[in-house]
Amino acid sequence: VAAPAVKPLVVIPAYNEAARIGRVLAGVRAADPSLAILVVDDGSRDDTAAVARRAGARVARLPFNNGAGVAAQTGYKYALREGYGCVVQLDADGQHEPADIPLLLAVVARGEADVAIGSRFMGAARYRPSRPRRAGMAIFRVLTYLLTGSRLSDVTSGFRALGADVVRFFATEWYPRDYADADVLITARRAGFTIREVAVRMYPRTGGRSMHAGLTPVYYVFKMLLSVALTPLRRGAAVRKGR
Amino acid sequence: VTVDGLLTPRQTLFAAVTTTLAMLFIIDLVRRRRLAEEYSWLWLLTGAAMILLVASDRLLLALGALIGAATPIITLLIFAVLFLFAIAVHYSLIISRLSEQVKALAQELAIMSTRGEAGRDRGSAS
Repeated sequence: VAAPAVKPLVVIPAYNEAARIGRVLAGVRAADPSLAILVVDDGSRDDTAAVARRAGARVARLPFNNGAGVAAQTGYKYALREGYGCVVQLDADGQHEPADIPLLLAVVARGEADVAIGSRFMGAARYRPSRPRRAGMAIFRVLTYLLTGSRLSDVTSGFRALGADVVRFFATEWYPRDYADADVLITARRAGFTIREVAVRMYPRTGGRSMHAGLTPVYYVFKMLLSVALTPLRRGAAVRKGR
Repeated sequence: VTVDGLLTPRQTLFAAVTTTLAMLFIIDLVRRRRLAEEYSWLWLLTGAAMILLVASDRLLLALGALIGAATPIITLLIFAVLFLFAIAVHYSLIISRLSEQVKALAQELAIMSTRGEAGRDRGSAS
């Protein structure tokens, strides 16, 4: 993998992940020690910010909990202000393999696509979610195909690299506050951005609380269906790419 | 127009008294600055419209005929519900705008917090 010409920023949104984020940060360092890392602490009540700072990451601390979408977008806004050319985003809970970051970065840095998604279902990637979760993923995979014509295997993946234009596009107000996966991919695709999938490794959570626990999957599916259903009704977003 | 087509005196009295009390309550909240003036106008407009409907038999009958309401009290109820719907949507819009602003503020604060941290690091390093 050739060294990317653009300066990348690793964005890690984190909420109460003090127990797991240290290992993720060590993994990112091991993958490429030159990478700048921004942990966005989404108003955690534990030591997430302190642990991340001790591990050498920059930390942007939101004063209260806002939701995963807001936390990620904080990272995009920071990247824009500080002049980073692209963003790699991964979860703070250790589900995404930091060693795969260069694979995603390379796609965006070489200009092969505006968005690189880490897919847990491609190639050697081995991951089997629970049956209801697989069903939910399938629904959004089909909807994404119907609305964009893109065959993506893992539309709910939060492991991704974004080129500068996409970062700018995602830093505007329409970006959802809570869940931002299939709906923002569809919006980006419809706005003319290209998306490429890359096989990555993903692991089940090792303790802690998933974003999708209790009744939240019901809300997730409802909210995501609503967001997805609204994408074709919105025309404004489609013209933004040229800016 | 038969007498059946009008509000009974009891209905008129009740509607007028409750509407007036509600308006006085809103005005008092605004007077004591508990309710911002810019968020009170839709309530006052609603109150004024309800008083107008109660006070004018002809208007109430005409509206009732227009929407096909069986009795004037139904007309009054339907318009009250419509006004409340408008007020609820109005507040939903205000809340959406406020939460967008709160989000942007929180993000600004978070981004600024990284600057302060970088400044401290530089300070301690020199």
